[in-house]
Amino acid sequence: MTDAPQGEPATIDAMQALLHGQRYVAGRDLATVAFLALRLGKPLFLEGEPGTGKTEIAKALASALGRKLIRLQCYEGLDAASAIAEWNFPAQMIAIRTAEAAGGVDRAALHSSLFTEDFLIRRPLLEALSPQPGGAPVLLIDEIDRADAPFEAFLLEALSDSQVTIPELGTIRAATPPIVILTSNRTREVHDALKRRCLYHWVGYPSLAREIEILRARVPEASEKLSAEIVAFVQGLRMEEMFKSPGVAESIDWARALLALDALALSPEIVTDTLGAVLKYQDDIARVAGSEAARILDEARARLARGA
Amino acid sequence: MTPEGRLAENILHFARALRKAGVKVGPVQVAAATQAVAVAGFTRRDDFYHILRACLITRADHLDIYHQVFMMFWRDPAYLERMIQMMSPLLRREEGEKDKPRPGERRATEAMGDLPPPDPQGAREARELVETDARFSFSLSEVLRAQDFEQMSLSERSQAEAALRALRLPLPRLAGRRARASLATGRADLRATLRRAMRRGGEVDRILRRQPMPRRPDLVVLCDISGSMTVYSRMLLMFLHAMAQDPHRGFERLHAFTFGTRLTNVTRALARRDPDSALAAAGAQARDWQGGTRIGAALAEFNRLWSRRVLGQGALVLLITDGLERDDSATLSAAAERLHLSCRRLVWLNPLLRWDGFKPLAGGIKALLPHVDALHACHSLDSLSELARALSEGAARRNLS
Repeated sequence: MTDAPQGEPATIDAMQALLHGQRYVAGRDLATVAFLALRLGKPLFLEGEPGTGKTEIAKALASALGRKLIRLQCYEGLDAASAIAEWNFPAQMIAIRTAEAAGGVDRAALHSSLFTEDFLIRRPLLEALSPQPGGAPVLLIDEIDRADAPFEAFLLEALSDSQVTIPELGTIRAATPPIVILTSNRTREVHDALKRRCLYHWVGYPSLAREIEILRARVPEASEKLSAEIVAFVQGLRMEEMFKSPGVAESIDWARALLALDALALSPEIVTDTLGAVLKYQDDIARVAGSEAARILDEARARLARGA
Repeated sequence: MTPEGRLAENILHFARALRKAGVKVGPVQVAAATQAVAVAGFTRRDDFYHILRACLITRADHLDIYHQVFMMFWRDPAYLERMIQMMSPLLRREEGEKDKPRPGERRATEAMGDLPPPDPQGAREARELVETDARFSFSLSEVLRAQDFEQMSLSERSQAEAALRALRLPLPRLAGRRARASLATGRADLRATLRRAMRRGGEVDRILRRQPMPRRPDLVVLCDISGSMTVYSRMLLMFLHAMAQDPHRGFERLHAFTFGTRLTNVTRALARRDPDSALAAAGAQARDWQGGTRIGAALAEFNRLWSRRVLGQGALVLLITDGLERDDSATLSAAAERLHLSCRRLVWLNPLLRWDGFKPLAGGIKALLPHVDALHACHSLDSLSELARALSEGAARRNLS
């Protein structure tokens, strides 16, 4: 095994500790794939329910390694121009008119000077393949499932060879490939060809103990009792067959909301009042509000008592 | 007759047998096959198999049929003699031995004339039996049976194929966010304009334009395979298979689910080329074949586990069910409402609509009806082509009340 490059963790334990240093509590499985992604130079494909910390790990990695984070948010109709680079058309027109006004236009020279980096508006992918301060950047391709199939196909070249092609300039290749993290909420099945080029990891909901750990790390102001009750309640909600189960992000939001209300412990009333921070569908809220909330809270407390 | 002449004749008969099994084999291919066998020499049976296959078969989905026809045709010389007799105008049918049919075998056998023509009396009895079963299966016990699909017969297949080939589901196109070059209308494409100008020495002689390209929607099909739907669900799955295999289809991706008492995703099974093996794979996956119906629970499960995964990009949902719900209709109503809110368009295909006097009296039907955008019949090929027309015209919901 080769040594890890400067500043990168040398073992899986080191990776876990590195992420923990950024207040990101990663399970052994996630730390392992993140470590492998760095070591093998392969993109990391994270799929999972919304709010389970897929985007967050890219931020944590970037700041822990001291790299620049470059984010490409995907949306339907995202095309190569907005992902790689666009030409600054007004500036090009001004350059043409200036040259004409000056007279004696050398057409060949004008042509070659118009399509240079000076007139290029750089977009995330090109930026990620260019040298950045602190070393190869972390490229976050967020919510790839929102982009359409043609964009996925376009990504294949960029991901497998770390290069992009601008027709007017030619192919641009990264000296050191960026650390690529792709996330997907699975609103659409991403094509196998793309997944095949990546390390795949399914980010599930954490266990009770780990989620309490996450909440303590992210919202240290909340008391231990409140954190435990919040997590146990949210985990209870996930066992009910909700239309949309709350993620870890919702637990964190809810903890902040309860802190803002100076709540020290959960009660059925305060749960009902603040359900909007946890559940985002009216059907689910209507189902839980009131007596159901009291029942889930009782069960959650019973689970905590058993666990403690 | 010389041995070579005899072999050439046999290859010709073999090609005719393939044609009967639905494989298109032209005279040029037969000539090529004869020539290829002459060049390679007739020494080994497996060589012979591959030579003929290379010359006569051009599509992957015909490989299974070819294999069966080959195995039967070249089994033994005596059989071959009989075959040749059979292929002549005065043919004599004989019963062959029958094992458990493999995919393609039934079609192959039928093409070889091994099988007696289907007995209409028997078919009617089977149908009655199925309908009796349907009534009984409308019970509380969950019947978990991995149903072995009865394999498609040749006549059924050719009829259906002909009809389905002509049938396109012209789904409404959605406004796309991707653009393509256009001549007259659309937004100016400055990048292309400037490139064109630079090719002409800096002269901007024309503004090039781009306009949005319409895109095809995804199609999600939820097919009821409970006892009361038995007669239709096999035909409908065939229809789904033909749609999934159609290269000129009007949708982007097809996701197919079956439900009776539980929901099963059969998308991957339908991706198989051969219809027999696709239906067999789907049948092996869906273990609740011909059981009871819990439409509400199935839709709720779909909403919870799949809707966010497959309805994200403006999908059109075809719900194929008779609406005879066993559970309470409040669950069904809530689940149908949620489904309707999550998809672009919800189209209900109901085989019960074949009766003119159909009235939405059953609780499940009443619960489902307010939440669908359109309701169509689907009991026959005719009604499916009707559906294709209705979808293209964007016909409004049929008024039933």
